[in-house]
Amino acid sequence: MNLGGVLIEDTFAEAFGMRATRLIITADSAEWAAIAAASMTGFATSVIGCGCEAGIERHLPPGETPDGRPGVAVLLFAISRKDLQKQLIDRVGQCVLTAAGSACFSGHDGPEKLKLGGLLRYFGDGFQIAKKFADRRYWRIPVMDGEFVCDHEVGMTRGVGGGNFLILAASRPAALAAAERAVAAIRKLPNVILPFPGGIVRSGSKIGSKYKRLVASTNDAYCPNLKGETATRLPPEAASVHELVIDGLTADDVGAAMRAGIAAACAAGTTGGVLAITAGNYGGKLGQYRFHLRELMA
Amino acid sequence: MSGLRLTLRQPPPGRVDLSPLLPERLAGLSPAAIAAIVLPCGNRPLAAGDLFDIAEGDAGDLVITGGSDRLDHVGKGMTGGRMTVEGEVGAYAGLAMTGGALRIAGKAGFAAAAMMRGGLVVIEGDAGDFLGGALPGEMRGMRGGLVIVRGNAGARVGDRMRRGIILVEGDLGDHAAGRLLAGTVIGLGSSGADPGLGMKRGTLLLAKAPERLLPSFADCGRHELGFLALLFAHLRPHSPRLALVPQLRAPRRWAGDLAAGGKGEILIA
Repeated sequence: MNLGGVLIEDTFAEAFGMRATRLIITADSAEWAAIAAASMTGFATSVIGCGCEAGIERHLPPGETPDGRPGVAVLLFAISRKDLQKQLIDRVGQCVLTAAGSACFSGHDGPEKLKLGGLLRYFGDGFQIAKKFADRRYWRIPVMDGEFVCDHEVGMTRGVGGGNFLILAASRPAALAAAERAVAAIRKLPNVILPFPGGIVRSGSKIGSKYKRLVASTNDAYCPNLKGETATRLPPEAASVHELVIDGLTADDVGAAMRAGIAAACAAGTTGGVLAITAGNYGGKLGQYRFHLRELMA
Repeated sequence: MSGLRLTLRQPPPGRVDLSPLLPERLAGLSPAAIAAIVLPCGNRPLAAGDLFDIAEGDAGDLVITGGSDRLDHVGKGMTGGRMTVEGEVGAYAGLAMTGGALRIAGKAGFAAAAMMRGGLVVIEGDAGDFLGGALPGEMRGMRGGLVIVRGNAGARVGDRMRRGIILVEGDLGDHAAGRLLAGTVIGLGSSGADPGLGMKRGTLLLAKAPERLLPSFADCGRHELGFLALLFAHLRPHSPRLALVPQLRAPRRWAGDLAAGGKGEILIA
């Protein structure tokens, strides 16, 4: 199978069940909402080293936020409920509560809940005030620029993390351009994030290492400058590879994002320097979800 | 199917307890069965059929046509459905109701929505004293739900209230939000003397300065408070008039009652 001459390899991406939540961060301006969101989702590329994976889902106009101010929707993913709860409180407490003029709300309804204001309220040192409007309980925590308002709890769902595909290209500029096109296409979609810097991973990893203390190490099979000395998976003309990792609220969301991203990466065909699209997996032994590239693009 | 309609023939001979006439209790009953329901009225109980003409309809949308200040306990303990009184009512309307929507086109008497736990009460006219308050001997008043009064309210609105929202578009009487435990009381008109007397927590939001403010409230300055946007968004479908008072968005905050813990607040536009 090929798209515009770009080979779609007969393989699949392997993804994992995760716990996820969506937050809506608002502020006096879109700029300050973005600052709070960027701070909160920083150092959140991989659960292995960061405790969670997080990213900005989309920017929200004032009409779509609970308090009528500009906002940003953020998705947060972690391996377990306990990890997600810890990351949620640490990150909102250190990065959103501290950001000028911010407020933080639940962006997901559901029967499973995580505490937000229910834990952050203690920062108010007894001056915090609870307000319940309809069925939602909010906390008002006095801070030096006014008051920080947040939901008592936020909804949690079971999401999918680790959807991925790799772009194999004939040059570094071609690989980066194709990856950027894929990122732009995926960022238009709801319910997904690309947790890595700029949405792209240039240092894809394999499980294990020759060094016992490392659980993951460079994916040498896809390093172009190791083609002659390792069991490479690259065609001879490949000179650069980028990976896109996708986390989504459902498997359908991840599949839709992979489809849109691959289509965008292949949009220029082989004339754009893209040689092939492949995906990372562990033989199907570890993850609950498989996204077969050829089925997605059929 | 249109609503079940009870039309009052003439003013009752005495104070009548209408608490048996609730949407959930009338569901599935024939007009004859409804007519046979006994309504306490002093020492001479009445049958509902003695007071009302009953037109068959959906009991989930109960309409009482014609009001009287002798109709007490309208919607008492209501749990769901919709009830409309096209006229005035007496005391204890919506007492301890937990759900549903009660609309009173006229005025309501003493202790409307007292000890209410949930649902919506809309009073198009004036409300009497102890709106959303506690009955004598009770430790807590209203514990949830939303009350909207288009007219004025009497004294001690929200007395011992624990949770919920009361919005009075007209004037508040004396001692509004007195002994408030928590919750939110809003007055868009003038307010009487000593609001917030003995309040422990909770919020009293006033569009106009009260007649007299207790010295046990401390001035915290004028602020834009983030939670007000959430409050106004919640109330917008119920009270278009609230949007006409933009100065409420940055009120002066008075913390108190410092004689009772001081964790409450009066916000004055």
